[in-house]
Amino acid sequence: MIAADLAEPDDFEAWRTQARQLIASGTPPETVAWSDGGGTADLFALPAPPPAAPATPREVRASRAFMDLAQSAVLHSAPERLDLLYRVLWRMQDRPRLLDDAADPDVGALRRMAMQVRRDIHKMHAFVRFRSVADEDGVECYVAWFEPDHHIERATADFFVNRFASQRWSILTPRLSLHWDGMVLLEGPPGSREDAPGEDAVEELWVGYYRSIFNPARLKVGMMVKEMPRRYWKNLPEAREIADLIAGAHKREAAMIATGASLFEDAAPASLEAIAEGIAQCRRCAIGCNGTRAVMGEGAGNARLMIVGEQPGDNEELENRPFVGPAGQLLDRALGEAGIDRSAAYVTNAVKHFKFAPRGKIRLHQNPTAGEIDICRWWLDGERALVKPKVILALGASAARGLIGRTPSIGRERGQALVQGDGTVIWLTAHPSYLLRLDGEAREREHARFAQDLAGLARVLGGAPTGST
Amino acid sequence: MERLAILADAAKYDASCASSGTTKRDSRDGKGLGSTTEGMGICHAYAPDGRCISLLKLLLTNHCVFDCHYCINRKSSNVRRARFTPQEVVDLTLSFYRRNYIEGLFLSSGIIKSSSHTMEQLIEVARILREEHDFRGYIHLKTIPEADPELVVQAGLWADRVSINVELPTDAGLARLAPDKSSTTIEGAMANLSTAIDEARDSQKRFTKAPRFAPAGQSTQMIVGADGASDAQIVGKASTLYDRFALRRVYYSAFSPIPEASAVLPLKRPPLMREHRLYQSDWLMRFYGFAPQEVQAAADADGMLPLDIDPKLAWALKFRESFPVDINRAPREALLRVPGLGTKAIDALLAARRHRTIRLEDVARLTVSVKKLRPFIVTADWRPTLLTDRADLRAQLAPKAEQMELFG
Repeated sequence: MIAADLAEPDDFEAWRTQARQLIASGTPPETVAWSDGGGTADLFALPAPPPAAPATPREVRASRAFMDLAQSAVLHSAPERLDLLYRVLWRMQDRPRLLDDAADPDVGALRRMAMQVRRDIHKMHAFVRFRSVADEDGVECYVAWFEPDHHIERATADFFVNRFASQRWSILTPRLSLHWDGMVLLEGPPGSREDAPGEDAVEELWVGYYRSIFNPARLKVGMMVKEMPRRYWKNLPEAREIADLIAGAHKREAAMIATGASLFEDAAPASLEAIAEGIAQCRRCAIGCNGTRAVMGEGAGNARLMIVGEQPGDNEELENRPFVGPAGQLLDRALGEAGIDRSAAYVTNAVKHFKFAPRGKIRLHQNPTAGEIDICRWWLDGERALVKPKVILALGASAARGLIGRTPSIGRERGQALVQGDGTVIWLTAHPSYLLRLDGEAREREHARFAQDLAGLARVLGGAPTGST
Repeated sequence: MERLAILADAAKYDASCASSGTTKRDSRDGKGLGSTTEGMGICHAYAPDGRCISLLKLLLTNHCVFDCHYCINRKSSNVRRARFTPQEVVDLTLSFYRRNYIEGLFLSSGIIKSSSHTMEQLIEVARILREEHDFRGYIHLKTIPEADPELVVQAGLWADRVSINVELPTDAGLARLAPDKSSTTIEGAMANLSTAIDEARDSQKRFTKAPRFAPAGQSTQMIVGADGASDAQIVGKASTLYDRFALRRVYYSAFSPIPEASAVLPLKRPPLMREHRLYQSDWLMRFYGFAPQEVQAAADADGMLPLDIDPKLAWALKFRESFPVDINRAPREALLRVPGLGTKAIDALLAARRHRTIRLEDVARLTVSVKKLRPFIVTADWRPTLLTDRADLRAQLAPKAEQMELFG
């Protein structure tokens, strides 16, 4: 047995020099005992140098690809890597293209080792976490503690120098420490976790960021563990949140769905009666839960014109019919003047319950929020799908939102046909209760515009009967 | 801290986190900060959702004048709002970068005041980072299609990558769920970017000092499962986008239930597997020589890719006449079609077969599961016996359904 030893486990040059000599002297792999770190793996092995070289030393051949592979593989922590490397180099002397044969067990093992080392290097680039401290001169210095799997410390130094050349940093590991002072890279003795600073205020922000960027609706723990193996977690500040995040995730998603309308898991309502029943029981939003009665739309189930208001008011809720209060009366009058027959139309609201704030004895109307309108749109969509109107008159912005999914500017978009994907025409105008709140000149002007919009609507309806088709 | 939580939370629905494919830079001269490597990016952490955290992904603000239903930050949503100044984003990016938490910044924003005003703010962040701090890390800017084209082009001068989300695979879906956006504007802006990227590449070939323009190209994102688009439609749309705008990547984001969800949306999420299958089909087109029509052919009658098996296996089961493939003789293109064989394994097989006749055990050493491959290949010592004609082949190859937990 011949002993070949590397003083440092990542000393590729030492391996290369000795391997070259051994091959040149024709020493077969079975007779060499490789070791690293100054120890001797085989106590009975003879120390190097190898026995007298033969008269004509063998020429040593190694391909570029082998050198690349060997430079990585030599950093592997498994002691047998050195024997394996030598064995492959030995075999390559007779089979120069051995490395191409990935199906060869030796080549396979070597490639796997090189891959593990490269992966460890990549993970070290990724998972080193610096903490900032001020040194004795008050200069900010970044210090990290890291425990790599393989002997890759020196191999990664270049990356950190390239990236952080303008700041002072140190990376402490169980084998050695690296220090960059802004000019040169120095090597120091092994470090310990305690040598690194214990905290850094920015770390809180980072951990908070980690918590926030996580999307609880998509839990893929396996994927995370595959890419960020547990053995690295102890030195990653963000990893202490993982258990908590996973535990909370299912709960958070369930809560999100529960606060939304679970309506959407049902099939669309099959009849207007089903909608009437459905809205009476609907508690999907705050208005639905305020104890008022839901007011169903009324009119022909196959009307050509649908009229949509915002929500039932005080009178409507009491009478359980849409548009019966002062605003309804104003609407009826204006429709009549424009020659539109309300009784032939289907009249309903974007929101089915009455939203109000109690003021003494009266219930003061309050606008529904966009979210509430959007939730109630499920029912309005159901009515539209069943009645199939050709033309829909939207009274006010809330009604329009329930129909087109955005809050339009009534001022800009009123009195013109908004043709929908299915051919339905949506016609916007102000809500009649808006007219009731005005007086004087503004009232005159708005009444005129309202009448003008309805006249336009009458033209769209084409003078044809507004009733059943 | 609270604002960071709000604005990072709001940014998490963007799938892209790539920090790859840009030019090589370092700070070896001691003046600037940061480096990028050519090719591969670095994922500095992984969240329990399995996604990589490579960039500090932030919104400048989540105030927004738009009202897109799938978006948590839409105008009508009740989320808490917050806002950063460009300088605050810069400081945060630098302090994260110096601690090796991130590769760089991915900045997007809700629309405040106007699209152009918002875009100016985004550009300002990139400018301060690059000019005042000589920051050489990665910057990805989400550009706003409605903004002044001049500004969008400026963004490319500072950023490594620029992107515009197409949001939804169909125009009808966009009209319904994102009423303030239009596919014409979005695609127009993508075309502008793609021209600017081309021009910069071209002038760099001729003048070494020509300014760099988004060296990592442009990408986009589509939301899957919020509208009724089928997988076949999505794959078709993606391939059109790749062709027309020379995109680096199309990202898919399975629509996930968001807090303050709009009622127009489905509340149930599409299976995450669907997103995964779409990415697999994306890979088939980009690396395996599949034409979009072929991927679409792997889908079933209603245009959906099967969820239980991957699209390559689905294709192989539908077009069994292409198999078995002889591992020792077949050209690379034919090997790429074999379900279970990846590009790396194929390269290794091609190299190895110059040295030996490949046997089944050799294939086993180079692949994950030879069992799944067997019906589709011929080796020196193996030939499938009528296996490819068996009706129950799919059942044999599909992973076994998980048994439901009895006491869940």
